Amino acid sequence: MIPILECKGLSKSYHNNQYALDNLNLTLERGQIIGLLGPNGSGKSTLIKLINGLLIPTGGCALINGMLPGVETKKIVSYLPERTYLEPSMKVKDAITYFTDFYGDFQSERAYKMLRDLEIDANVRLKTLSKGAKEKVQLILVMSRDAMLYVLDEPIGGVDPAARDYILRTILMNYNEDATILLSTHLIYDIENVLDRVIFLQNGRPVLNAAVDEIRTEQKKSVDVLFREVFRC
Amino acid sequence: MSWELDNDRPIYLQLMEKIRQDIVSGIYKPGDRLPSVRELALDAAVNPNTMQKALAELERTGLVYAKRTSGRYITEDETMRKQLKTELAVSHIKEFLDKMKQLGFEEEEILFFIQKILKEDA
Repeated sequence: MIPILECKGLSKSYHNNQYALDNLNLTLERGQIIGLLGPNGSGKSTLIKLINGLLIPTGGCALINGMLPGVETKKIVSYLPERTYLEPSMKVKDAITYFTDFYGDFQSERAYKMLRDLEIDANVRLKTLSKGAKEKVQLILVMSRDAMLYVLDEPIGGVDPAARDYILRTILMNYNEDATILLSTHLIYDIENVLDRVIFLQNGRPVLNAAVDEIRTEQKKSVDVLFREVFRC
Repeated sequence: MSWELDNDRPIYLQLMEKIRQDIVSGIYKPGDRLPSVRELALDAAVNPNTMQKALAELERTGLVYAKRTSGRYITEDETMRKQLKTELAVSHIKEFLDKMKQLGFEEEEILFFIQKILKEDA
């Protein structure tokens, strides 16, 4: 079976000679949860945007299920961007209808169940929700799809620790065991136990790509501690 | 509530320890069916693949066994459970002895201490 994501010599430079991603070779297997970790400016968001076709590579390519980013890949990739793109005057239920129309794999039942669990009223407008509640709605929409690849850019950044637990559970509960989740975060400590692997990016290059338990066995320390050592300022 | 896990040791080993502990302490009885991988993973708040690995390892030791379609069960082999209980006891005692030796106690002093405290508690 072809890997769900394969980056071959993937490069992106925004200015002359400055590479946000530098000749990245990376393969993601199916059925894994992978943490994309790195300090600010290490290339995490650039990689995520390239996977979603929001940026065009300067060199190399990213293949999703063997295809270049485009309409066909957007059918199988569920993407949580850093910032919301939903119209603020929309009601929550309108956003659900919108997603139902837009994505063939969207499960509105699942979305409504999660809204009830998090006590979010589907009849209110997005702009009246708190920052945390807005992020929850966005994540609910993304996780209610039956995608093959979920790409989550900082999914737990803006919510309190209790909601963070619920969101991690939501992620664990709703992904199909053949699906892959790639998520970027700087809150490693909170998320370490749900990850299969971690990829450390630095200056647009991967400096580590290993299984969490491999790291713990070999280094006798958590990924969080290792991260602080590798990226000590 | 997720399970309490240390940060510096492999997760799957700690999951195995927790399930072993639950078998010895009787939370799981002989012949009980274990919850599914996904349920256990959710309960522990860990990656399902990691839970799968822990269960596969427990299966390898014979402490749990799989039925083809209906999931994993706790061994009915009483000898094996007793043996596990002894192993856990030995490892707790060794850990305790190491700590006492670090504090500078000799074996005889440790024994004396234990007897004294047992008497006081009785």
